[in-house]
Amino acid sequence: MAFVIGGLICVIGQLLMDLTPLTPAHVLVLFVVSGAILSGMGLYQPLVELAGAGATVPLPGFGHSLVSGTLEDIGKYGFWGIFSGALRATATGLSAAIAFGFIMAVLFNPKG
Amino acid sequence: MKKKTGKQSICFASPPYILETATVAGPMEGEGKLGDTYDKILEDNIHGHESWEQCESFMLRTAIETAAKKSKITIPDIDYILAGDLLNQLMSTHFAIRGLERPFLGLYGACSTFAESLLLGAVLLDGGFGETIAIAVSSLHDTAERQYRFPTELGVQRPPISQWTVTGAGSAILSANGQGPRITAATIGKVVDIGIKDPNAMGPAMAPAAADTLYCHFADTGKQPAYYDMIFTGDLGAIGKQLTIELLQEKGYDISGNYEDCGLMIYFDQQDVHSGASGCASSALAFCGHIYKEMRRGRWKRILLACTGSLHSPVSYQQKESIPCIAHAVAIES
Amino acid sequence: MTIKEKEKQNYQERFNQVKPKPPIFKNIIWAFIIGGLICTLGQYIQDYFVSIGFSKKDAGGPTSAVLIFLGAFFTGLGVYDELGRLAGAGSIVPITGFANSIVAPAMEWKREGYVFGVGAKMFTIAGPVIVYGTVTAMLVGFIRWLMG
Repeated sequence: MAFVIGGLICVIGQLLMDLTPLTPAHVLVLFVVSGAILSGMGLYQPLVELAGAGATVPLPGFGHSLVSGTLEDIGKYGFWGIFSGALRATATGLSAAIAFGFIMAVLFNPKG
Repeated sequence: MKKKTGKQSICFASPPYILETATVAGPMEGEGKLGDTYDKILEDNIHGHESWEQCESFMLRTAIETAAKKSKITIPDIDYILAGDLLNQLMSTHFAIRGLERPFLGLYGACSTFAESLLLGAVLLDGGFGETIAIAVSSLHDTAERQYRFPTELGVQRPPISQWTVTGAGSAILSANGQGPRITAATIGKVVDIGIKDPNAMGPAMAPAAADTLYCHFADTGKQPAYYDMIFTGDLGAIGKQLTIELLQEKGYDISGNYEDCGLMIYFDQQDVHSGASGCASSALAFCGHIYKEMRRGRWKRILLACTGSLHSPVSYQQKESIPCIAHAVAIES
Repeated sequence: MTIKEKEKQNYQERFNQVKPKPPIFKNIIWAFIIGGLICTLGQYIQDYFVSIGFSKKDAGGPTSAVLIFLGAFFTGLGVYDELGRLAGAGSIVPITGFANSIVAPAMEWKREGYVFGVGAKMFTIAGPVIVYGTVTAMLVGFIRWLMG
């Protein structure tokens, strides 16, 4: 199931890039925002239960993590959870992205 | 004596000579259609330098030095250097010229710079302001990609309309005296903006500029397309070439029989460059490597070279502006 | 040179007619296969973390971290952009593509220094993703907080 749902989310991205003037950067932003909105409406969690990594690995899954973390922290801390939840829930991914991004940039040179 | 003809053309009274040309090309260009015509082919796009920009400067300088050597002159014999490239503030050119200690004028006309420098060089020589002029342009695929598009290692697909920026540099030595093909006429282009906004579609955006300059050239000089053995445009690509033929047909000139685009002369189809080549070096490699030599060999006596440039920048594109374009034409006859 | 709007419109239409279309069918198939495979790999990694004692929810973080490492590493090797030429969105949309979008500019601008080059350019593409994702998440959170 991870294969099918993950593949289909990528197909939507491909169609957006091929049929509209959106650049890859626009598609990424759009996907994170839509993932966050779907998650807020409670529609993304069922997809995660169905597809597992097929729904969490594509970028809408990042939006989903941001929102579910926020909602969780609101449950715990009330209003101030709005400020803490998003980045707490995605901290591992973001720190990994910053650290590995930096290390790879130091180690390698672009080949063109 | 009046040398201007018609609305925007020049007919030179004593047409300057093109003594010699020289080229430096990247590896992909070396494997392309004109691979055996280049003076030097690099083994990769960086050639042991610390950055692609340094490599582009090296190519430009090597092209000038090689052209001078082939013309049997030394660098101090050169009165002026006219040169340009695609990068912000003409980075490659300025660093290439640094140290040559020759009077220099930097030119920016995007990919039209080659024709721009040829025609301005001819103007200076015909005006009697000098004896010998070196002109040169360069482009390098990766320096252009990172400035105009995305980082080179980003995993994006290039749309089929896109063109591949040529890695290479071309130089020519112009002289008031000597022998070789002569620059007899030139047409200076207007900025034409047909409203295309897609920065991948540079060929189609530039086609109206090319058609306008060619039309003005024929109208101003009273010549027909058939007067020339061949007509070349700089880097319109497959679609741009087709549109240019159609646009000129509508204005009453048929160039379909003796017209080719330099952007379609550089690479083989299987090199996966999509719609063709682009960049300053597209017309420079095609002319300095191939067309000039064929003229010396006698295959063509009269050619018209119209280099096309799209004058947009990453900033103008992000501000949702359309692409202003230009084309300059030079007539070369032997 | 002033060109009438009508003429611009005509030319745009003419261009749209001759503009080569991307091979959509082929692109979709490859995006589906590669995108699907990357997610399947993610599933295996997640299952591994669950098997060593992580809860299903907590396994998400380390799974992302491993995939981000792989995306970053293959970008460094110069392989990821070749994959991207074939896979298109299939390698852009998964979190490995997010890693690619961070390493590619960071590596590219290394010559411009570690502060203004690597440090500043790293998030030219990923930055907007984080900004709009976080702002949307906070907005969604605020609305849900208002709703109680």
